[in-house]
Amino acid sequence: MELLRNKPGDTATTKVPALDLPELYQCVHCGLCLNQCPTYRALHLEPESPRGRIHLVKAAAEGRIELNDRFKEHIYLCLLCRACETACPSGVQYGRIAETAREQLGPPGSPFARAVLNFVFTRLLPYPRRLRFVFTLLRLYQRSGLQRIARSLLPGKLREMDSMLPTVPAKFYYPVTSILPAIGERRAKVAMLNGCVMPLLFGDVNEATVRVLRRNGCDVVLPKNQICCGALNIHNGESAAAKQMARHNIDVFLEANVDAIVVNSAGCGAAMKEYGYLLRDDLAYRDKAARFSSLVKDTGEYLAGIGLVAGLRPVEMTVTYQDPCHLAHGQRVRAQPRTLLQSIPGLKLVEMDGADRCCGSAGIYNLTHADMSQHLLKEKMQAVTATHVDAVVAPNPGCMLQLRYGAQRFGPDVKIYHLMDLLDRACSETDLTPK
Amino acid sequence: MNRTDLIRELRAVVGAQFVLIEKEDVIVYEQDGSIFQVMPEIVVLPGDVEQVSAVVKLAKQAAVPIVPRGSGTGLAGGAVPAEGGIVLSLARLNRILKIDLENRIAIVEPGVINLDVTKAVAKDGFFYAPDPSSQAACSIGGNVANNSGGPHTLAYGVTTNHVLGVEAVLDDGVIVWLGGEVPDTPGYDLCGVFVGSEGTLGVVTKVAVKLMQTRESVRTLLAIFDEMDNATQTVVDITAAGIIPAALEMMDRTTIEAVERGAPVGFPRDAEAVLIVEIEGLTEHTDRSASLARAICQRNGAREVKLAADEAERQRLWKGRKGAFGAMGTLAPNYYVQDGVVPRSKLPEMMRRIAAISKQFNLRIANVFHAGDGNLHPNILFDMRAPGELDRVIEAGAATLRACIELGGSITGEHGVGLEKKAYIGLLFNEADLEAMARVRRVFDPDNRFNPAKLFPTPASCGEIRLQPAQIPAGLWI
Repeated sequence: MELLRNKPGDTATTKVPALDLPELYQCVHCGLCLNQCPTYRALHLEPESPRGRIHLVKAAAEGRIELNDRFKEHIYLCLLCRACETACPSGVQYGRIAETAREQLGPPGSPFARAVLNFVFTRLLPYPRRLRFVFTLLRLYQRSGLQRIARSLLPGKLREMDSMLPTVPAKFYYPVTSILPAIGERRAKVAMLNGCVMPLLFGDVNEATVRVLRRNGCDVVLPKNQICCGALNIHNGESAAAKQMARHNIDVFLEANVDAIVVNSAGCGAAMKEYGYLLRDDLAYRDKAARFSSLVKDTGEYLAGIGLVAGLRPVEMTVTYQDPCHLAHGQRVRAQPRTLLQSIPGLKLVEMDGADRCCGSAGIYNLTHADMSQHLLKEKMQAVTATHVDAVVAPNPGCMLQLRYGAQRFGPDVKIYHLMDLLDRACSETDLTPK
Repeated sequence: MNRTDLIRELRAVVGAQFVLIEKEDVIVYEQDGSIFQVMPEIVVLPGDVEQVSAVVKLAKQAAVPIVPRGSGTGLAGGAVPAEGGIVLSLARLNRILKIDLENRIAIVEPGVINLDVTKAVAKDGFFYAPDPSSQAACSIGGNVANNSGGPHTLAYGVTTNHVLGVEAVLDDGVIVWLGGEVPDTPGYDLCGVFVGSEGTLGVVTKVAVKLMQTRESVRTLLAIFDEMDNATQTVVDITAAGIIPAALEMMDRTTIEAVERGAPVGFPRDAEAVLIVEIEGLTEHTDRSASLARAICQRNGAREVKLAADEAERQRLWKGRKGAFGAMGTLAPNYYVQDGVVPRSKLPEMMRRIAAISKQFNLRIANVFHAGDGNLHPNILFDMRAPGELDRVIEAGAATLRACIELGGSITGEHGVGLEKKAYIGLLFNEADLEAMARVRRVFDPDNRFNPAKLFPTPASCGEIRLQPAQIPAGLWI
C-alpha cells in the first residue's frame, strides 16, 4: 500500500504539533464542502477549498510542507464563513482548524499591514475610549471636507479603500444608565454587548435593539466596563490579546447576573459562544468561559425563543434576508430571524438564491482581499436584484456595510436593515420615518 | 521537452494561475475521497476544450502521465495520480451549454456538478436521474468516468443509461464526438466504451445527458428494525412481491450513529437497521405500492414504519443517507469502503458474513448500501496512524469481496475499480477477458499515459496493491 502516501521527500520540514488538531482526523475528504465554499466556487482550485485547506494544515502539522507565504495565502484567502461546516456530514469544525493555523501564522499581509493590524488588535480594539477617539477623528475627516481633498490626491488603491470607508454617523451610542428596565411585564434580565464598532457606526441599531428587548419584557443591562469581544483578533491570527479580552468580558458579564447575554452582531455572537473553546487551556477561566458561552444568544434567536409580546404594527415592505455567515453557519441560527420577520404584519419576505452564501464582507477581508470580496459582493447583488425587493435584512454590521456598499456600486437601489431596525419599527409606539 | 519547457508551454496555454507546481498547491491533489495518496508534479486547470487538447498534446510530447480529475470525490482512487505526472482538473469546465426540454437532453461540460443539472431543470419538472450520494459535489465528468450509480439506480439505471454522447479529447489532442444527441447512432458504441473507462482512454469534455420528467407522486417510507436479519429479509420480500421501488436503501446501527453524530437528521440511534423505501410514479401506483411495502415491513417485524409527511421530511431522510460516507469521520479518522454486489436473495447471508468478518478482524464495519440492487458498501473504520491496522483492514476488505464472489456477486457496483480494486479484478475476469479490454485501451492510449496503473491488475504484483509512484527527475523528460 505504498500509494497511501507519497513518501519520497515527504518530511521536508519540522512538524508543527500545535497544528495537529483532532478536527483534522474527522475529515474523510469526501468533498461535500467544495461546492459550498465561496472561494472554491469562484476559482475551482482545490487549495482554495475547505478540504484542500484542511489537507494543507495536516501536511504542515506532519512537517510535509512549510508554513511559507504560499501556505499563508491559502489559509487567508478563506473568508472563514464556515459554510463548509454546514455542509460537512462529519461535523468537522473547520473554523477551529483555520483559526489555529492563523494563530501560528500571525496576521495577514505585508510586514507593514501586519504591523498595522497588530496595533489595531492589541492597542486599539481592547480600548473603547481609544476606539471612540479614532472614530471621532474619522468623523471629523469625513465632515470637514478633508476627505474630499484626500480623494483627489490619494493613489488609486488607497482611494478605493477610502471609498469603502463607512460614513461615521453624528451620534455614538453609549447610554448613561447601564440598566434599562423592561416596558410592561418583566420577563427576563439580559445583558447586551454594545460592541466595538456597533456603537460607533450603528448606534441607532443598538438603540433599536434595546427598545425591542425592553418592549418585549426584558431588563437590559449594558455592563459599563465591557470591551470588544475579540472576534476580529481570533479571525486574523492574534490570540494573546483576544484571550485577555475574552477573560475581561467574561468577568464583566457574569457579574451582571443575567438570564442571557444577547448580541446583535453575528460575528461577535459566534466568537462569544466559542469563548469556552478559546480558553480551553486556561484552567482558571475554562469553566467560567463555558458558563458564559452557554448564556450567549443572538438577539433574533433570543427573541424568537421567548416570543414577542409587544404589539406589532404593519411595516409595508418587501425584503429579502441575508444569512450572516456567523449566524447561519457559525451559530446555526436560520429560522428564528425569518420567523420574526414574518411575524411583522405587511412585511413580505422573498428568499434570494444563495441567501446563506457569504457577501464577501468577512470582517476585514473586504480590505485584505478586495478582489475576491468584490467578486462575491457582485454575485450577491445579482441575487438581490432577482428578488425585486425594497430592502435586504442582514443582522450583522459587517454584512450591512458591505451590502450598502454593494447597493451603491452594483445596484439595485435597496435599503439595508438590521433585523432589529424593522422589529423596532413594528413595535414602536410612534411611527419612525424611514432612514 | 524537459520539465521547465513543459511548464512554460502549459502556462502559455492556460495561463500561469492555472498551472500549479508549488508543493503547497499540488499536495492537495494527492488525494480524492479514497484512502490513496500520490502527489502529482503539475496540476493544470484548462478553461475550454481547445486548452484541454493543447495540454494533452503537450503531455504527449513530454511523455508524462495525465490524470483527469473532476471534483475528486471518488472512493476508489481514480483521480489519484498513481505514477505522478500531470493532474488535469476539469473543475473549470463547468458550464451547462444547452438545455433542450422538448427533446429531454442537456449538454454539459464535465466539471458541472451532478446536482446542478437537476437544479437547472427542476422548475420545469425534469431531473437528471443518476444520483450518487456525493451528487452535491461530484462532477458529471467523474460520473461518466466511473459509470456512477446512486440510490435511484434501482429504477432508472446507472450513468451509461443516461448518456447519449460525449465529446472527448484523444491522446493526440484530436477532438471527437462519440454518440450524439439522439438515442441511436450507427457504428460502434464508442460512447458506451468511454462511459466507465475511468479516464484511461481520453478526456471527456462535453456530455449529452438525458433528462427525465419528474414523477407525479413520490412516497418515502422509513422502516425501523431491531434485527438486521429482518431488514434484509424485507428487501428480499419487497422485490419478490413485484414491487420495484425507485430506491431501496439500508443503513445499519453503526452508520446511523455516524450520521446522527455528524449532522443529525433524526434516525433512531437504537435501531439495528433502517430501510428507506421510495416509490415513484402515478399516485394510484405509489399509494398501493407503499401500502404493500409497509405491510411487508411489518410482517418482517419492523418496529415502526413511517411515511415521510412532506418534501422537507423526505429531503431530511435523504440528506442523512447521502451524508453517510462523509459522516464516517465522526467514528474514525479513516474508512475503507467496499463496493461489493451480491444477488438480493443472498443479502441476509452476506450481512451475517460481514458481521463475522468484523469480529474476526476486530474492526468496526458500518454498512450503508443500495439494498435493492444488492450493492453493498461496508465501511471498514480504522486509524491509519495505528501500526498494523491498515494491513488488517486490507485483509478484511479482501475477505468481504471474496464473500461477495462466493455468493455469486461482483466486486464493484458503481465506485469504479481505480487503484482500490485493481488487484481483485482478476477474480472476476479471466486473462482473455482482461486482454480484450487491454486491447481497447491500447487503441485509444497507445503510450499508456492516461490515468496509468488503474483498472487493470499490475502483472508484476499479481493480486497485490503494490506500486511505486514514478519519480521523474527534473530535466530528464524526453
